[in-house]
Amino acid sequence: MKIVIPVDAKTLESNICASFGRAPYFLIYDTETKESVFINNSAAASTGGAGIKAAQTIVDNNANALLTPRCGQNAADVLKSADIKIFKTTSTSVKDNIASYIDGKLPSLDEIHAEFHGQRDD
Amino acid sequence: MGNSPHWMKSMPNFMDRETIDMKIAVLSGKGGTGKTLISVNLAATRTSTYIDCDVEEPNGHLFFKPKGVQEEEISVRIPKVNNELCNGCRKCVDLCKFNALAYIKNNLIVFDDVCHSCGGCTLVCHEKALTEKEKVIGKVQKGISSEVTVWTGILNTGEATGISIIRKLLAEDNHHGDRLTFIDCPPGSSCIVMESIKDADYCVLVAEPTLFGVHNLNMVYELVKLFDKPFGVVLNKFLEEENPAEKFCLERKIKILGRIPFDNEMGTLNSNAEIAVNKSDKYRELFSSLLDTVIKEVQHEAITNS
Repeated sequence: MKIVIPVDAKTLESNICASFGRAPYFLIYDTETKESVFINNSAAASTGGAGIKAAQTIVDNNANALLTPRCGQNAADVLKSADIKIFKTTSTSVKDNIASYIDGKLPSLDEIHAEFHGQRDD
Repeated sequence: MGNSPHWMKSMPNFMDRETIDMKIAVLSGKGGTGKTLISVNLAATRTSTYIDCDVEEPNGHLFFKPKGVQEEEISVRIPKVNNELCNGCRKCVDLCKFNALAYIKNNLIVFDDVCHSCGGCTLVCHEKALTEKEKVIGKVQKGISSEVTVWTGILNTGEATGISIIRKLLAEDNHHGDRLTFIDCPPGSSCIVMESIKDADYCVLVAEPTLFGVHNLNMVYELVKLFDKPFGVVLNKFLEEENPAEKFCLERKIKILGRIPFDNEMGTLNSNAEIAVNKSDKYRELFSSLLDTVIKEVQHEAITNS
């Protein structure tokens, strides 16, 4: 299983980023090989639709699940179309959340917030 | 007259009150500074046209209560996908600056609410998988309130941009060429504000007497300079004490057009959706004098720039 986590820095010691669409990096973690790959989030500086573009990146990397503190409606729609499950992180530690996910202890993310984060971008 | 400068031919007669053809935009860096208070009261002092370009929250009509309102729906063109023709090249996905398209599991998905209707995706699609369809995003209304023709733009909630509504509002055939036009702009300095001031002859910047007010004034100050528009500032909610917005203007030699006092009586009239100039001679004089100053400034600009 490949899982994706939005992170603030390119290290396993990094905090999980509070935003999905505008996270600077994504950690792609393979639960079988225990391999970690960090990629830049090309959507981070988008003028709009960051969540859609970030979700496209997750889909293109063939991930099976996303572990995130929050997720917007548009991103959730993209991930749902690709059958990618969204789980809610329970702390800011990358390692703890990976362990919880493997133990099946992470809840699924049910609260999907509205688009635009209350800010207009035109 | 053959050798007279070109501006003389096109210059309106400023002495005749009924034949002034000027577009005056009223703007500010944030909401709640008094754009509508000032544009509504300026418009109500004369025979004029008032255009509410604050399409996300138009409120000028609450004051004018226009009669005989006619309305027209405004549509934009957004992409429609035929996934049988799509070959998954993703040129459209890569082109879209607003990320309104995603390509998931051999399906192209369009996010209608994110699309800004630029039409670029249909242009880059060689497979003709993308065509355009109409989508209603709002409407414009026109009505009459005494001597004022009132135009209102209304953008439906959740739509990406009101640019097309503002274009419709400001289209040349919408306002009489022989009278004053007041453009009540959206707050801020984004695209919709640029669209609103694009053809204005003069910009009135409304400022609050706070540090936060100065920050917002600076945003629109930079915008009108960028657009090379003649402009001046109205100091709203004015008190006889330290005024950071006034200081900002004095330091930069920005024309101060007038000072609107921080006044419980006017605040109450405004909160009750009354037009202050129609309720008291005191306010009629205040706004008439402000308008005279603005008109003189426009006249001065027309001469010095020729």
